[in-house]
Amino acid sequence: MDDLSRFKQTYFDESAELLAVAEAGLLRLAPGEIDMDEVNAIFRAVHSIKGGGGAFGFNDLVAFAHEFETVMDGVRNAEIPVSTELVDTLIRANDVLARLLAHAADETEAPAGTTDDTVAALRRFLDKTGEQANEAAQPAAIQAAAGFHPDDEDDEAGIFGDALAAIQAARDDQPAPAAGPVPEGKVRWTIVFRPKAELLLSGNEPTYMLRALRRLGEAEVVCHLDRLPSLRDLDAELLHLSWTVTLLADPQVDRAQIDDVFEFVADDCDIRISAEAPPPAIIPPALIAPAEPVPAAAPAPAANLPQPATPAATTSGAAGAAKPGDGAKRTNGGTGGSDHAGPTTHTIRVDLDKIDRLVNMVGEMVITQAMIAEHLRDLPPGQFQELLEGLEGLAQHTRELRESVMSIRAQPVSSVFSRMPRLVRECAAVTGKEVMLVTTGETTEVDKTVVENLVDPLTHMIRNSIDHGLEGPDERERVGKPRAGTVHLSAAHRSGRIVIEVTDDGRGINRAKVLSKAIEKGLVQPGASLSDEEIDHLIFLPGFSTADQVSNLSGRGVGMDVVRRNISSLGGRIGVYSTPGEGSRFVLSLPLTLAVLDGMVISVGEERFVLPLTNIVESLRPKPADLHGLVNKCDVMMARGEYVRLVHLHRLFGIPKAIDDATKGLVVLVETEDGSRLGLVVDEVLGQQQVVIKSLEANFRRLDGVAAATILGDGRVALILDVAGLREMSRHGAGNGNAPADSTPPSPSLPAPADKSDQRQRQTV
Amino acid sequence: MSSSTAIAPISSRTDLQPSGAANGSEEQYVTFTVGNEEYGVNILAVREIRGWTPESRLPNLPDYVRGVINLRGIIIPIFDLRARFGGGLTQVTKRHVVVVMQVGERTRGILVDAISDILAIGHDAIKPPPDVDSGLIDAEYLSGLYTAENRMVTLLNVGKLFAGEHVDQDATRAALEPT
Repeated sequence: MDDLSRFKQTYFDESAELLAVAEAGLLRLAPGEIDMDEVNAIFRAVHSIKGGGGAFGFNDLVAFAHEFETVMDGVRNAEIPVSTELVDTLIRANDVLARLLAHAADETEAPAGTTDDTVAALRRFLDKTGEQANEAAQPAAIQAAAGFHPDDEDDEAGIFGDALAAIQAARDDQPAPAAGPVPEGKVRWTIVFRPKAELLLSGNEPTYMLRALRRLGEAEVVCHLDRLPSLRDLDAELLHLSWTVTLLADPQVDRAQIDDVFEFVADDCDIRISAEAPPPAIIPPALIAPAEPVPAAAPAPAANLPQPATPAATTSGAAGAAKPGDGAKRTNGGTGGSDHAGPTTHTIRVDLDKIDRLVNMVGEMVITQAMIAEHLRDLPPGQFQELLEGLEGLAQHTRELRESVMSIRAQPVSSVFSRMPRLVRECAAVTGKEVMLVTTGETTEVDKTVVENLVDPLTHMIRNSIDHGLEGPDERERVGKPRAGTVHLSAAHRSGRIVIEVTDDGRGINRAKVLSKAIEKGLVQPGASLSDEEIDHLIFLPGFSTADQVSNLSGRGVGMDVVRRNISSLGGRIGVYSTPGEGSRFVLSLPLTLAVLDGMVISVGEERFVLPLTNIVESLRPKPADLHGLVNKCDVMMARGEYVRLVHLHRLFGIPKAIDDATKGLVVLVETEDGSRLGLVVDEVLGQQQVVIKSLEANFRRLDGVAAATILGDGRVALILDVAGLREMSRHGAGNGNAPADSTPPSPSLPAPADKSDQRQRQTV
Repeated sequence: MSSSTAIAPISSRTDLQPSGAANGSEEQYVTFTVGNEEYGVNILAVREIRGWTPESRLPNLPDYVRGVINLRGIIIPIFDLRARFGGGLTQVTKRHVVVVMQVGERTRGILVDAISDILAIGHDAIKPPPDVDSGLIDAEYLSGLYTAENRMVTLLNVGKLFAGEHVDQDATRAALEPT
């Protein structure tokens, strides 16, 4: 069972990739010029999903994939014209397939009727092609069965998937071995492969052999069904098919290589291999019994020729097979042994856990190295020069090592960006707007986790830009803009962070409307005067929406606040810049990795903590006049024209020997994800430092107000503070009492203290 | 996958000893002292013994959670066994030691006064804990008593001792109370 579930996981992983391939292909598919490679790639993707699904018994999925595939087959045989409608249907079909896969992965049943609409839509295209297409379908099926597309399809069920077509083919057309002259420089091999019925029982898979043959050259595979019993007598565990393969290969391909293909099944089948070549031909070995060893006459260099590596699934098999041949030709007669021609893949798949372990170890090294450095600083200068130099080198290598390891986890943002055209297309259709999406900087790399967590925020932001930002085509024309609005999505590295911008050339944020909506919803006090920038940031408040009507796309008032929350949970920040009539620009700034964090080390009593730099606005030592008591329960401080609540970290955490008086210590002004500010009272700010994030939960548990832990240069553990958590804690007691009245609404303009006379100078000199 | 394999030998050895007593096979226990009392834990649960290094405090936890230390890159909590048994916080010196133990998937350390011995204890030699008032001592985490020469060694079930510590800080407190 364990094994099977492992294979299943692989299947789901691969299917996800295949779905992405299919979707990318479908999005490029447009009426007019049809790229057959593209169409084939989509077909193969769907086909492979179907094949694998069959192996695991996902019947719904297979049935649906089959419908999908049939239409794709029609497209690739040019029976079904490519129309926008068709592409839309196919994209939907791809989604349905994704949903079915998700259900299969969860081991849940897809709700009945999930596929009905789409299947009906798909079938309509098939019906349209009508009678005559039906006739045409047969030769097409033969082509498919006979390997007319000699792709190195990664389909487990390829042979069986096409079996029906093959049956048709065999009935209609007893395939004659391909005749005609053998092209110059080629050898035509005819391989008749008649496996015994029990072949499958020994775990052999003829597909692999046929596929292996395809790799040797251009192969035409013809399937024979003469031994196929009637359905009643059919024993599904036995093999009733046999094949004739006509292989057009380069002369370097020799008998031994073909024999190798059948090496493991030689006893279980009847194989006849014959060759014919144009004049100065390699001596065609006569009919040799399959089990016979490699003929001694086989050309030695060719025998050493390495088997070409499996071509990448997306390149056409013919091209893949031709390449190694070419390479071999150039070195023909050479030693051959060192000849590694052929497409080799330059990427490997690695378990994420392994990389994470590596990242961890490198993190350790960074800490250890910092520790050694700290100790060596105390050594008398002049002595130990070599040791210091060595340490210098170590520091440099450690830094490089860390960067390389981090880069393994890095992925280009294109995997997110590539989903956006689809979204824009849908949004444009729903809103009736004309939208052009321009993306730049897709190759910018950032940590995998960050990339994965970018999808939702970007989706919201782009929807928002199209729905709220861009005007309709007519309105745009009126104000002298091109009918089609432009949404520009860009990514770039900037000072150790990744900056992603979503810019539109729409109408910009309607500040008057935003403000009146915010007042209406009670998010802002009436009469409050807000700067333009502050008004723009109101759109990030939870529950805020300016759309008068709730549309399919947006207007429910969830969206931008979710964006902000997602971004800040990644340690990022979001800003908005808007010019009325010209458009708005949303700027995301994110850390490149979640494994290290830029922090400020602070001390409270004898403890040290790390505050994420992204939360810090500024740190200051308040003057006694800046401090006030609010209803005797809560200290507030006037900072930059705003009242912020003071939170004494030592009271919250119960730390002894800490400075209680904010005027003697420091106040670090921090901002939580929803924009509300808090003044943390600490003893001292020790400095900025990159820290490696360590889990506290792995061996202990989560703690309130603590995001994670880290190890400082002296080897001591320091807790990384969670500002939002601290705010929650300080609200619910811990020295402040339960004062719901002063639980600050997440508004940038705090209401002024209720009763001025109640203020109390907090001055403890 | 390590969790099940790691838990099984530890808990089964400490819990199931009476049933496997027939063959009289021996288990090794590391014993240590806290004040005048001597305790033992199954050696298979002990990962290492290290000298005391200053801990970093954790906020708002019972006093027996001393804090966390850096064990070669992983952060582990340290529990004060004396405080756990109600004897007040240990005044640590350089001679105090931390017994680092693997409990299930988690690694944790307990602060004790000193390591005293490694004993091979046969199943038969372990006496069940006496029937004490459960309001006074929670017998849950005691797996038995053993007499070495004339000392009594209290064998601890470490899995139970800090069970629930990761779930809820109240769980251990609750575990101390009669159930």
